[in-house]
Parts: sequence; C-alpha cells; structure tokens
Amino acid sequence: MIFSLLVYAAPHSHQGAESAYRFAVACLAQGHSIHRVFFYGDGIHGASALAAPPQDEPNLPARWQALAQAHELDLVVCIAAAVRRGLLDANEARRYEKPGHNLHQGFELSGLGQLAEAAIVSDRMITFGA
Amino acid sequence: MSTSKRFLVISRRPPYGSSHARDALDTALTTAVFEQPVSMLFLDDGVYQLLQAQQPAGIQQKNLGATLSALPMYDIDQLYVCDSALRSRGLSLDDCLLPVQLLDGNAIAQLIRNHDVVLSF
Amino acid sequence: MTLHTLNRAPSDTALLTDCLRACSSGDTLLLIEDGVYCALAEQPIAWPAGVNVCALTADVAARGLDSRLASSISQVDDADFVQLCCEHARVISWY
Repeated sequence: MIFSLLVYAAPHSHQGAESAYRFAVACLAQGHSIHRVFFYGDGIHGASALAAPPQDEPNLPARWQALAQAHELDLVVCIAAAVRRGLLDANEARRYEKPGHNLHQGFELSGLGQLAEAAIVSDRMITFGA
Repeated sequence: MSTSKRFLVISRRPPYGSSHARDALDTALTTAVFEQPVSMLFLDDGVYQLLQAQQPAGIQQKNLGATLSALPMYDIDQLYVCDSALRSRGLSLDDCLLPVQLLDGNAIAQLIRNHDVVLSF
Repeated sequence: MTLHTLNRAPSDTALLTDCLRACSSGDTLLLIEDGVYCALAEQPIAWPAGVNVCALTADVAARGLDSRLASSISQVDDADFVQLCCEHARVISWY
C-alpha cells in the first residue's frame, strides 16, 4: 500500500513528531511504500540542520534523512510555513538575503500542493498533529 | 492526475490564537486548485472562525474571515458546522459570514463516511 | 470504515466528544501518545457501540499504565497501527 504522512507536530515540543518517524519505520518494515512525508506548521522544525539535541536524545532530522536515503523517501517541507519560521534552503536564503541556510540535507522546500498531490496519489494519508 | 478523491478538511480551532485555522483553510484552498472536491467541517471552537466583523489588523494578522468568504469562489461550497458547537456558544446561522449547513452527530459520522481523505487541523 | 487516532488525555473533553461523535459502528479508535490516558480502568469512558478501541503499546508502557488499562481495551504495536491503517478506508487524527 502507498502511504503519505503529514507531520504537523514540532519535535521536542510534542511527541507527534517522533510518532510519525516510528510509524514510517513500521510502515517500511512491512513492505509498504511511502510516497511522501510532508512537514507543515510547526512540524517544519523537524527538518532543521541546526537542531542539536543532547547526545542521548534522538536527532530527528538526521534520522529522517537516513531513512529517506535508505528507502528513497520524498521529504517535503512546506515552503510558506518554513521561510516564515526561519527554515531556509540556499535558494531562499539568497532570495531573502539571509546570512545562512539551515534546511537539513535530504529535505526539500516546496508548496502546499505537494500535500494535496500526496493525498491524491496515496492510498492512505496519516496526520501526526499537535 | 486523473484520480479524483473527495476531501474533507476538519477545522476545530479558533482563528488567530494558533496557525491551525489558517493552515486548514490554506490546505482546503490548495486542494481545490488540484480540482478535487473539497468539503469543510467546522467543529468545537472552529465555529468562531465564521464570526462576522473580524478585525485582526490590530494583532498584525490577515483577516481569516475574508479568506473564508472567498471559499465559494474556489468551488468550496460544501461547508458544514456542528450544530451543537454553534448552539452551545450562543451562535446561530445568522452570525456566520457565509452559508453553512448544520449537522448533528449522526450526520457528521455520515459526512466522514462520504469522503476519501480527511485532514484535520 | 474509519480509523480514528486520538492523542490527547480525556481532560480535553471537547476533543474526545468530537472524536466519539464522529465514530460509526465498525470504526476503530486507536489511542496514541497522551490519548492512552483515555484507556484507564479508573476513569471509564462510555465508548460508542460497535467501535473497537485500542491503545498503542509503546505509549502505554512509557507512561506506566500497563496494569491500569480497562479490560475492554486491547493493546497494539506500531506494526498493528500500520495494519489498522490498511484495513480502514481512511484515517482521521484527533489532536
């Protein structure tokens, strides 16, 4: 079955961000495919390259990237939600003349249309909210 | 994309205090642009989004009510409100800034069964 | 049929009410995260008839609730969560 996930919960503030990752792992372990993981609202913080949790706590952006690499996942961050909150890739940093960019490797910024498209082509869309 | 799915966006938070209401609305509008049939259901404090005379300029936010009023222009005209959510807040259809249909509990469960994808905010 | 997930404690009565009102007979309600507090035997909830209610094991264990669950509520693991998604036509998250 084809799944897509909507991550609306921010890591560390809410368990939902971690629940989404665990669900993705379980999903792939059963041989299902994940068309897209879409990060929206405060969920976009799960894609920060600058997150530096203590060593005995999981680094969610890094774990997502590793999972994406192993399974060719499409990790998409809502561009409007991200740039508002100061999560930028190199292009957006240039566009807004910001001194740096912090989107984690393995993620990309794109429009909300990617959420709609994911829901259309996937068999199931699961939201992890806060 | 030839596939068509019936989308239901559930919005149950009040406007302005958090981004939920705005995000629900943006999701509904974007999905409609993809030419999918979209319905919206307002539950709980989400019904406060429908109040007329919203003036959010003083809190540096865009008028959510104005965007809601534009929903029919995007062919989002299947708008539903939980009957008891409205009544328990002392509100009626006359207080709403656009035409909506009232649903009781059974009708809400039925509405959900009639949609393929449900996104809640 | 619909799979509902609920991730808030029963103190959020409005959320719980909306969720239960939206359930049809044959639906499944999966309690996750703080939603597992809705499964406690000491605070029984009148679940709608015909709705299968279960709780996510990892969230139950994390909160020390294993021996406190109502007997009517079964526990499921992450793999079961995925399976439940497959068995139901749609998933609604109540949060």
